[in-house]
Amino acid sequence: MDAPIFQLKFLVVFIVSFIVFVNFVYCNNGGRHGDSLDTELSGFSVPLEHSFEVDDVAKFSVRGALVLKGGREPTVSLSQNQLSEEDRIKLKEVAAVDGLYRIRVPRVFLQGDRQTEQQMEGYLTSFVRACAMVESHLSDAITLTTDVSGYLIGISIVTLPGACRGTEVEDEVDLEVFNTTLRVMAPVNAPGPETALFLERMEQELEKKAKNPQEQKSFFAKYWYLILGGAIFLMVTNSAQPPAGGGREQS
Amino acid sequence: MGKLILLSLKFAILFFTVEAVFEDQVGKFDWRQQYVGKVRFSHFDTHVQSSKKVLLATENNVFAAVNTRTGELGWRHVDKTGPEGNIDAFLQYGQDAVLVIGNGRLLRSWDINVGGLNWEVVLDSGSFQSACLVGQQNTVKQVAVLKKAAISLHYLSNGHQKWIENLPDSETVDYQTVYSGGNGEVYVLGVVPHSHITVVAYSVEDGEIIKQYLVEAPWLSNLQVSCTVVSQGVLTCIDSATVSLYTLDLHAQSQMTQMPLQTLGLELAPGFHPTLVSSQPNPSHPPLSEFLLQLGPDHYLLLQLNNGHVVTLRDLKPAMLVTFVTTGDKTVAAVMSPKNRTACSVNLFSVETGRRLLDTTLIFNIDPNGGKPEKLFVQAFLKKDDSVGYRVMVQTEDHTLTFLQQPGRVIWTREEALSDVVTMEMVDLPLTGTQAELEGEFGKKADGLMSMVLKRLSSQFVLLQAWISHLWKLFYDARKPRSQVKNEVTIENLSRDEFNLQKMMVMVTASGKLFGIDSNTGSILWRHNLDNIPANAAFKLMVQRTTAHFPHPPQCTLLIKDKDTGLATLHVFNPIFGKKSHITPPALTQPILQSLILPLMDQDYAKVLLLVDDQYKVSAFPSTKNVLQQLQEMASSIFFFLIDSSQGRLSGYRLRTDLSTELIWEVIVPPEVQRIVSVKGKRPNEHVHSQGRVMGDRSVLYKYLNPNLLAVVTESTDTHQERSFIAILLIDGVTGRIFHEAVQRKARGPVHVVHSENWVVYEYWSTKSRRNEFSVIELYEGMELYNSTVFSSLDRPHAPQVLQQSYIFPSSISTMEATLTEKGITSRHLLIGLSSGGILSLPKMFLDPRRPEIVSEQIREENLIPYAPELLIRTEWFINYNQTVSRVRGIYTAPSGLESTCLVVAYGLDIYQTRVYPSKQFDVLKDDYDYMLISSVLFALFFATMISKRLAEVKLLNRAWR
Repeated sequence: MDAPIFQLKFLVVFIVSFIVFVNFVYCNNGGRHGDSLDTELSGFSVPLEHSFEVDDVAKFSVRGALVLKGGREPTVSLSQNQLSEEDRIKLKEVAAVDGLYRIRVPRVFLQGDRQTEQQMEGYLTSFVRACAMVESHLSDAITLTTDVSGYLIGISIVTLPGACRGTEVEDEVDLEVFNTTLRVMAPVNAPGPETALFLERMEQELEKKAKNPQEQKSFFAKYWYLILGGAIFLMVTNSAQPPAGGGREQS
Repeated sequence: MGKLILLSLKFAILFFTVEAVFEDQVGKFDWRQQYVGKVRFSHFDTHVQSSKKVLLATENNVFAAVNTRTGELGWRHVDKTGPEGNIDAFLQYGQDAVLVIGNGRLLRSWDINVGGLNWEVVLDSGSFQSACLVGQQNTVKQVAVLKKAAISLHYLSNGHQKWIENLPDSETVDYQTVYSGGNGEVYVLGVVPHSHITVVAYSVEDGEIIKQYLVEAPWLSNLQVSCTVVSQGVLTCIDSATVSLYTLDLHAQSQMTQMPLQTLGLELAPGFHPTLVSSQPNPSHPPLSEFLLQLGPDHYLLLQLNNGHVVTLRDLKPAMLVTFVTTGDKTVAAVMSPKNRTACSVNLFSVETGRRLLDTTLIFNIDPNGGKPEKLFVQAFLKKDDSVGYRVMVQTEDHTLTFLQQPGRVIWTREEALSDVVTMEMVDLPLTGTQAELEGEFGKKADGLMSMVLKRLSSQFVLLQAWISHLWKLFYDARKPRSQVKNEVTIENLSRDEFNLQKMMVMVTASGKLFGIDSNTGSILWRHNLDNIPANAAFKLMVQRTTAHFPHPPQCTLLIKDKDTGLATLHVFNPIFGKKSHITPPALTQPILQSLILPLMDQDYAKVLLLVDDQYKVSAFPSTKNVLQQLQEMASSIFFFLIDSSQGRLSGYRLRTDLSTELIWEVIVPPEVQRIVSVKGKRPNEHVHSQGRVMGDRSVLYKYLNPNLLAVVTESTDTHQERSFIAILLIDGVTGRIFHEAVQRKARGPVHVVHSENWVVYEYWSTKSRRNEFSVIELYEGMELYNSTVFSSLDRPHAPQVLQQSYIFPSSISTMEATLTEKGITSRHLLIGLSSGGILSLPKMFLDPRRPEIVSEQIREENLIPYAPELLIRTEWFINYNQTVSRVRGIYTAPSGLESTCLVVAYGLDIYQTRVYPSKQFDVLKDDYDYMLISSVLFALFFATMISKRLAEVKLLNRAWR
């Protein structure tokens, strides 16, 4: 019944996203950032794409560009554009139906030398609820995870705050600029068993003991008075009262 | 290192008291069953008439002796798994059993009386072909071992090599058979496929080649399959293409003579590959001139070779299994033939005449829940009147061994399928009839106040009655000696005990046979053999409905998936009785990628099982309208993940209302660098009692309890010991967010992982230090909770704090699991199956990344153990004391009704069941608790108060009068 309308919407959305795409490309090349030339020399950029559709069929369009600098300690910077008027409306629509806001980046190898080496087939995708995106006024934290050898293996996005409380975002301006925190997470080296430190500590303790002759006394030398007292006490109680039937030894 | 151990020992002693079984508790709460596996070779011990042993060499590389009277293991030797310990051949002579092991790597001789090793020799390399005993003048002194390029002769007494000879032209000729007829010669037969047979005769004395010749045989491709030696060294072959028997006298150096089967009036079943079976009762004599020819699946012929002519002695049809058996100087053929649908009969036939021996019928009843007979082993003996008596051991397709005697009495059965348990579940037993009635009252619709009251009263009365009868029984039993009281557990009187300690163990074996075992005694209560199980099937057992929903029967579903095609079938059954459910599961036409049990229930309280096929479509079982409606409502909160380890792809999906799915996240671990070896989530029935840990300064450190967290372990593809590593990824299964990625360098697998609560423990092999190491990761949310009421993966913006610490473990391990209790109050232990066969219960508190290097006052307050790099194995921690569990493959833990108690089943070649009390039995009074003392004290106090009250009253009264 509503299929034609649906399709029409689909088409419109597609066209809109196409225009947006073109816009983005324009903006990126437009040199909004003065150092773009610089980064292109030392690193290379891959598109960060996003998609939010009312019917939840992913259609990705460029959100910004990740500029990656390879090497020992890979760094990443992000240049993004503002959301257009249509996108803002669409995002709010998607949020209203509890749709998803998805992002994706192509798989890349951060430590390669040439761009051809660095890019691989396939994408890494992640998502966040669109309402969270709206309610947080587009403040999100994107984490890129690399593996040991420098391959990008995963991307994640969270918004701050993360909850959808159903608060209306009135001001359109709040949904214009992304406030993104970007982080690259490389694997940490898991610790091995700490034998050296442990032995060092043991030796210190031994030394301490050697210094302190009080500690070196034997058990009997230290507590002779207690043992003697206990023994006398036992003897006194035994002589006063013979044991009644062996008592209960075990419990 | 010594110092280190001593100090750690000191700490251990300071912090822990002894927890172990007392001598009188042995076998009280635990049991063990030992198995051998599917039988490959079997011989009855015949060298003494009164012997009660049958020797079994199995596909699981086990060599064992079983007592024929009881079916219990006499002794058992478990060799290495895999091809290294594979038993290639088993020859028996007198009280020596000679085994060739590991594709001709080892030659071993065992004393079958006590199971001791006589000798073992390492053979020269080369793939094993065949072996035979070599005898002369009624005694057997040597064993000949034929390899690809050499033949060697070894003394039976000490294993020393008598001689070894290289075979001529071993590059072109495929030597396959060795034969000795007791005349001082050893014949080695080789074949060049579709060309000729090579016969080489060696002298037993010095290994000199006596003769060597070729015989044309262009039709022959494999000697072992189509040929056998009968009579005085006559090689007899069958060829299905020309439908003829070929004979060749090995001594005469002649040509092969062809004998078309038509001349004997015989016909071959179409498409069947005929085989020949001969018998050589004594290795120092030539084989019998009678032999068997199998012409069809159920058609055998007993033939005799007489002066070059073949005579049919008996046409055995129908005959499922035929075997020769010799006792004294008499050889008979035991023939198993189908009698009707549920039974087979075994008969003996005289070999010389082919006549059926009188009074030798034995009936074997086929278990409807078992399989068809597969192998027949016969133990024959001479009766007092010199006639032949016999017993048979039948192996069926479900790996069951049944030992029977005439006329069909089963002496024992062994369920050898249980040597290969794949997965298991423990299911609560149903309530007794009266309890169930009481429970059922709540489930029904209310029909008036009065009738409800009456119903309640009547059920209370029934309970009272049951209680009185129970008391009476107790009183009555108390007068009887203890041995008689023990009543057998049967499927009829199964009911839940007070503390839910007795459960039904549902075990799924690799052969596709299901078992229901009583966890208290280990007796098998039901068995069910599934037909048409693919050879490389993967099983997943799920409990869809527990026993808690009376009157609906409990329901388990077994997903059987062919690993090659991905096609799956479902078997739905009642776990208490083993009966197949009347519910017909959906036919699954598409390969299945993933299955998940949802906490959703249909109107009959069966949990919903979702199956995801390779088109990423989801089907539900049960798929009633009610379920589909619930699914539609819940769809947006149902997430699942798929893992493709070959491409290193982890992907997350969300369910849509039309039961299709959408991809929502994707993580790709490049398979060129590392491959995913295991993925562990948390157990759905796990409870965590405390949300946080109290620190020394009385603040609370909250645990990060994400039920959707996955621990993904990868191993590097580079196996060089300097560059190999293992990595552990902690991923949220809903959002695909990677919380933590840790790399253990210079380490390799196999990695064993346990993931529970807020921690992950894994074990790996450190290639740098050449030792096993444990590592523990704990996740904390921090000093305050983000949202203390509900956990949602979609709304946890802060990543957890990760703490990690590693330890040295002084043993290799084969499996690992964590204890599980009802409410999660009891502290956790790790149950570690060691490769030595011990099961170690290691307190989790030793694996705590917060163990401090330097002890401070606050830390002492927190009761943390100071860090020591080595984890000690203390003998009291072995929960199976001396009950070694061979080749532990898995440990299953289940909570019981008592919070302190966790039920444990370890399975591998053996099955071991016990209970563990990680925090000791804090909720149970001890067995030797002094009730007399406590009650007398109570009474004394009571009377004392009464008296003193009276006295006080008198005193008050007196004072008032004054």
